Amino acid sequence: MSSPIIDVRNVVKKFKKFTAVDKVSFSVDKGEMFAFLGPNGAGKTTTIRMLTTLLKPTSGKIEINGFDPLTEQQRVRSSFGIVFQDFSLDNELTALENLRFHAALYSVPKKLAEERIHHLLKLVDLWERRNDFIKTYSGGMKRRLEIARGLVHHPKILFLDEPTLGLDPQTRNTMWDYIKKLNKDEGMTVFFTTHYMHEAEKYANRTAIIDHGKLLVMGTPDQLKKKTKTASLEEAFLKLTGHGIRDESSKSIDALRTAAKSWGNR
Amino acid sequence: MKAIYVMWLRQLIRFWRTKSRIVASLAQPILFLVALGFGLGPIYAKSGAGNYIQFLAPGIIGMSILFTAMFAGMEVIWDRQFGFLKETLVSPSSRFSIFLGRTLGGATVALIQGIIIFVITLAIGFRPENVILLPVALVFMFLLAFIFTALGTALAIKVEDMQAFPLIMNFIIMPVFFLSGALYPLTTASGPIKTIALFDPLSYQIDAIRSLLTGVANFGLGLDLMVSLMCAALVTIMGIYFFNRVEV
Repeated sequence: MSSPIIDVRNVVKKFKKFTAVDKVSFSVDKGEMFAFLGPNGAGKTTTIRMLTTLLKPTSGKIEINGFDPLTEQQRVRSSFGIVFQDFSLDNELTALENLRFHAALYSVPKKLAEERIHHLLKLVDLWERRNDFIKTYSGGMKRRLEIARGLVHHPKILFLDEPTLGLDPQTRNTMWDYIKKLNKDEGMTVFFTTHYMHEAEKYANRTAIIDHGKLLVMGTPDQLKKKTKTASLEEAFLKLTGHGIRDESSKSIDALRTAAKSWGNR
Repeated sequence: MKAIYVMWLRQLIRFWRTKSRIVASLAQPILFLVALGFGLGPIYAKSGAGNYIQFLAPGIIGMSILFTAMFAGMEVIWDRQFGFLKETLVSPSSRFSIFLGRTLGGATVALIQGIIIFVITLAIGFRPENVILLPVALVFMFLLAFIFTALGTALAIKVEDMQAFPLIMNFIIMPVFFLSGALYPLTTASGPIKTIALFDPLSYQIDAIRSLLTGVANFGLGLDLMVSLMCAALVTIMGIYFFNRVEV
């Protein structure tokens, strides 16, 4: 049970002069719920992008499910499901079409895919709306559908990048209950980021806090509280990362846009 | 294989669901056909070159395909904005099949657009000489569609910028179109234009479509086919290279 499914060793990512991720090392065990916390621009999304083969690290070593994202991309990509920070559904397609499309991209056999899609859409309460276009969906419905989509190919790891951003408490709680249940029943490893500290406190087995690209601490929420002599994870978080307000500008897509003015990063 | 098919299918579904765009994109080629065809037609006839509509129609068919094909890249930019690009790039399907599926889908859409324009040219007075050669002309129409869809798609993954993309597209499309012999015969064009047209890929597909439909050839079908296939291979390699390296 305790062999690491995500293993990160001394990973560095530099964008020109800016170091987004600075010698980060950690590992996540099979079946764990792992919370990756940090203020805006701390390097969370950059790390997820490296773990999910969307970005190449400047240096360091990553292993996902025993595979290297640099040389065994296909195998790594089959190992995980992901819910991105920004929505990533096709608005011109229906919910059912979006899931079928995903199943085809992940080579899930048709019959099996239909069974799973049926089951998952029921699970996230979208079965009745399956033939509606995504453009008619609310933010919460899109999120639930994305989670369902991330599970169609039965991944070993589920990455969730601020999955509850902008959702109401009802949706947030139901969503976390689904995820917790999947984690328990299927032994699926969950790697998530969030700004809601109580979510990490409640659902994570272990937590890491990152800031300015550096990993500050790692441990169970209780260990972190003990270490910082605070009563809650939120206080521990603020004690470690300070009270200064961070710039929002380092959201991945903005960074991309500035980095790649028209003819792109040379 | 399956990824290529679903990427292709998705482009067609999206095309079918936005029919208003189809109608809008027909306006420009029809305007060119009517304004140039009936405006310059009499002078063209007076110079002894024959029926201008007969000459122009294959050029306008090519134009409509070129425009639709290049702007298929816009779909990549939208997919990036709406995040859907990531969903495809993070999947275990190879980037090769993602690129090829998208390109085949966009090219099919552009081909359909070209066929619609072909039917419209018939209504305006275009008379193909040899209907039996129409399927061969369709092959060249598809090659044209494929080359420029692949080019638009490859550039779109590289450019990333929503505002810059249409500008860059126009920067490429306009010279490619105006210097290709779509609007005037290259045989009688002045020296520099003739030379430039040799380096314009579009010249060769337009020449092929024209010679198959009307019997007037400039380069000859063999050269047309060879250059077209080479261009198709080249842009495919470029697209796969860009798709393999893109970070989102």
